[in-house]
Amino acid sequence: MSKINFLKPDKSNLYTFLYLGSFLFFISVLDVLLNSFFNINLTGFLPNFFSFLLPLILGFIGLYFIRIELSGIKQLDLLNKHINTNNFNAVLSLLIIFIILKSIPPVLSWFFVDASFAGDSKDVCTGSGACWTYIKVWMRRFMYGMYPNGEQWRINLSFIALALLGSVGYFATDRFKKYLTLYYVVIYPFIAFLFIFFFISGGPVFFDFSYGIIAAILSIIIGFFIPSKFKFYYFLIVPFGLYVLLKYFIFYEELIELGKLDGLNWVETGAWGGLSLTFIISFFCLIFCFPIGMAFALGRRSGFPLIRYISIGFIEFWRGVPLITVLFMSAVMFPMFLPADFFIDKLVRCIIAISLFEAAYVAEVIRGGLQALPRGQYEAAKSLGMGYWRMHIFVILPQALKLVIPGIANTFLALVKDTPLIFVVGLLEIVGMLNLAKTNPEWLGFAMEGYVFAAIIFWIICYAMSKYSYNLEEKYKTER
Amino acid sequence: MNFKLKDIGPQLITVLAVVLVFGFFTYNAQVNMENRGIDFGYGFLSQESSFDVQFSLIEYDGSHSYFRAYLVGLLNTILVSVIGIILATILGVIVGIARLSPNYLINKFAAFYVEFFRNIPLLLQIFFWYFAALRALPLPQDAEPMFGISFLTIKGLFVPAFIWQNFNVFFYSIVAAIIAIIVIRAHAKKKQETIGKQTPVLLISIGLLLILPLLSFLIGGVRLSFEIPVLKQLATTSFIYEGGVSLPPELIALALSLSLYTATFIAECVRAGIQGVGKGQKEAAASIGLTPNQVLKLVIMPQALRIIIPPTTNQYLNLTKNSSLAAAIAYPDLVLVFAGTALMQTGKAIEIVSITMFTYLSLSISISILMNWYNRKIAIQEK
Repeated sequence: MSKINFLKPDKSNLYTFLYLGSFLFFISVLDVLLNSFFNINLTGFLPNFFSFLLPLILGFIGLYFIRIELSGIKQLDLLNKHINTNNFNAVLSLLIIFIILKSIPPVLSWFFVDASFAGDSKDVCTGSGACWTYIKVWMRRFMYGMYPNGEQWRINLSFIALALLGSVGYFATDRFKKYLTLYYVVIYPFIAFLFIFFFISGGPVFFDFSYGIIAAILSIIIGFFIPSKFKFYYFLIVPFGLYVLLKYFIFYEELIELGKLDGLNWVETGAWGGLSLTFIISFFCLIFCFPIGMAFALGRRSGFPLIRYISIGFIEFWRGVPLITVLFMSAVMFPMFLPADFFIDKLVRCIIAISLFEAAYVAEVIRGGLQALPRGQYEAAKSLGMGYWRMHIFVILPQALKLVIPGIANTFLALVKDTPLIFVVGLLEIVGMLNLAKTNPEWLGFAMEGYVFAAIIFWIICYAMSKYSYNLEEKYKTER
Repeated sequence: MNFKLKDIGPQLITVLAVVLVFGFFTYNAQVNMENRGIDFGYGFLSQESSFDVQFSLIEYDGSHSYFRAYLVGLLNTILVSVIGIILATILGVIVGIARLSPNYLINKFAAFYVEFFRNIPLLLQIFFWYFAALRALPLPQDAEPMFGISFLTIKGLFVPAFIWQNFNVFFYSIVAAIIAIIVIRAHAKKKQETIGKQTPVLLISIGLLLILPLLSFLIGGVRLSFEIPVLKQLATTSFIYEGGVSLPPELIALALSLSLYTATFIAECVRAGIQGVGKGQKEAAASIGLTPNQVLKLVIMPQALRIIIPPTTNQYLNLTKNSSLAAAIAYPDLVLVFAGTALMQTGKAIEIVSITMFTYLSLSISISILMNWYNRKIAIQEK
C-alpha cells in the first residue's frame, strides 16, 4: 500500500478513497434526509450556520475523494462522468440533490398527507395541506362553467362523439386515406359546428345560417358541372348569391315558420365556461387559423405585388399587437363596425379574433417552410406543366408543412395557452371560473388549490400536445 | 402595354374585397356614431382625466390630461418590460447553458424547469403569483427585514431609496468612463491588427468604471445616503412603510411571472444557438492552439450569438406584448389605464383602442426593422 495523499486521490489507493468518499457522501445525504423527512437534526450540537453548511462540505469532500479517473469500476466511472466532473459540478449536483430532498416532504404533505379529500363543505378543510374538497365541490363549474347541471350530458355526449369522429383517421384503410384531408379540413369541422350549435347551444332547427348551409351545399353540387376554367370565379360569386336569393326571395316565410321548431333548451353562450369552453375555443380557432394562415403565407410569397403587400400588412399588424388588445377590439370596437341591427355572439367574435391573431403566426411559420424548400422543387413542378395551385397543393405544401410541424405545434400550443385571455370579454373558461370561485364568500382562501389544479390540467394538455408533435415530426421525417 | 386579365384579375378581386370590407366597416361606424351621438376625434386627449392611478413613475393625479394618463400607462408598461427582460435574460442564459451541461442532474433540472413553466398559461402563472403566492407574505408589521434594510410584505417590496447629492457629477463621471472605454477598445483593436499585441481591455474597463465614479465621490462632492423605509401605523391594525421606494405586489408578480415564463423560451434559444455551431468549428479552433476560453470567446460565441439574437429579440417583443396581461391583476399598464379606465370614462372606443394598438404596433415594428438591419449586418457573407 503506497502513501496516501489526501489532496490527490489516485488509483493506487482506490478502495480507501472509495470507502471514505462514499461514507462522507452518504453521511451528508443522510443528514439532509433525516432533517427533511423526520425533522431530526444530526448536527444540532454545532453552531447554526455551520450545521447548515456541514452536509455540503462533507458531501463535497466525499465527492472529491471518489473523483478518480478510469478507476475500473463501471458505476463509479459513470457517476463521475455524469454528476462529478469537477469541483463546480460536484457542488451543483449536491445542491440539487439537497433541494430535491428538502422539497419532497412539504410538497407531499401539502398535496396528499395533510390534504383533505372527503366531505363536501369547507369545514373539513382544517389541515395545513391542500383542500381538494374545494375542487371536488366546484368541479362541475370548473368543467362546464355556468352551464345548467341537468344539461351537461349534452356537452359530454358531443365531446365524446367528436372525439370518436376525430379518431377516424387512425382506422381508415388505405382506400379512404386520400379523402382524409378533405374530411378533416371540411367535413369534420362542419360536423363539429353542427354538434356545438344544435346540441351544446340548443339552437333552433332552422336559423339564419341554415340558408348559408343550403346555399353552400347547392353550389358545391352545381359546381361539379362547371368547367374548371371558371370554377374559381364561380365559387367566388355563386354561393353568396344563392344565399341572398334563398334568404330574401324564395324560402323566407316558410323558413321563419320552421325556425320556431326549437330543438333542445337554448343555453346562451354567456353561460358556457370552464374547461369545455377552453376546448371549444381552441378547437375552432385551431381549425380556422390554419387555412387563413396558409392563405396569407402563400399571399406573402405571391408574385402579385398588391396581394403581397396586403398579406404583409395583415401579418405584421396582427403580430405586432397583444392578443388582449385584439380581444378588447372585438369586444368594444367591433360592434361599432357592424350595422346596428346586426348582432354577432360574443363567443363567435372571440373565436374570429383569436383565429385571425393566430393565423398571422401560422402564416409566418408556414412561410418559413416555403422558403426552406429548395428552388428546384418549384422548378421541377413547373417543368412538369403544373399550374400555381396544382404545384402548391401536390408538391410544395406537403413538403413545406412537413418541415414546419414543430413551428405549427408551437403556435397551437400558444393558442391553447392564450384561451384564458377571453376573460377580457367576460367569458369565463377554467381560469376565469377559478377567479370567480375564489371570490365566493363561502370558499375564501383556496386560491392556491384552484391554480394548482388548473396548472396541472393545462400542463398535461400542453405537454401531451408537444410530445405528440414530436412524434409527428419523427413520423414524417423524410430523407433528403 | 401587356395587359392580361390573368395577372390583373386576382389582384383586382383581392383589392376590391379589402376595400369593400373596410368601406363597409367605416360606413357602419359613421352611421352608428351618428345614431349614438358620438363624435370622432382625438381632442379628448387634452381634457382633464379625473381618475387616479395607483402607481406611476411620473407625477400624475386626476387633474392631469388623458395624454398624461397614456404616458403613465406607457411608462409602467416599459418599466415592467425592462425588469422582465433583464431577469428573463439572466435566467434564460443560465438555464440554456445548464441544459447543455454534461452534469446529468443539472441538465435534467434545467429541462424540468423549461418543460414545467413553458406549458402553463402565462395568465395562470400571473394569477398564481399574485393571488396565491404573494398573498402568503407577511403583513407589514410582521415582516422580517431582509439585510436589515428592505421589507418584503403583502403590500409590496419596500427598499431604501438613494438620496444623491451632486448626482450630475457622478453621472458625468460614468459617461466619461464609458467614452474612455470605447476609445481604449478601438485603440486596442487597432493595435492588435497592426502589431499583433493584445491589451487587457477588460481589466482596464473594469478599473475605469470603478475608479472614475470613486474619484467623483472623493473630489466631486458626490454624497450618497439611503432613505430606509420605516413602519408607520395608519390605523389600529393597518400598517405601511413610509420612505424609500415601494414596489407594488402587482409589479412583483407580473415581473416575476413574465421573466420565469419568457426565460424558458430564451433558454431554448440559447441552447439551440450553441448547439447550432458545428462541432468542427470547436475542433478546428482547438487544433490551431486556442485555449478553451479563447475557443468559447472567439469562435463559438460570435457564431452562436448570430443564431441566438434574432429569436431572443422576438421573445423580448413577446414579453413586452404579454405585459399587457397586467390588466388582469390591476397593474396600471397601458392597457389597464388607457384601454380600460380612460375608455370607460370617455367612451371613445375606436380612438382609444386604435391608439393602444398603434403604440404596441410601432414598438414591435421598429424593433423588427432594427432586427432585420442587424440580421443583414451580421449575416455570413457568402461568396
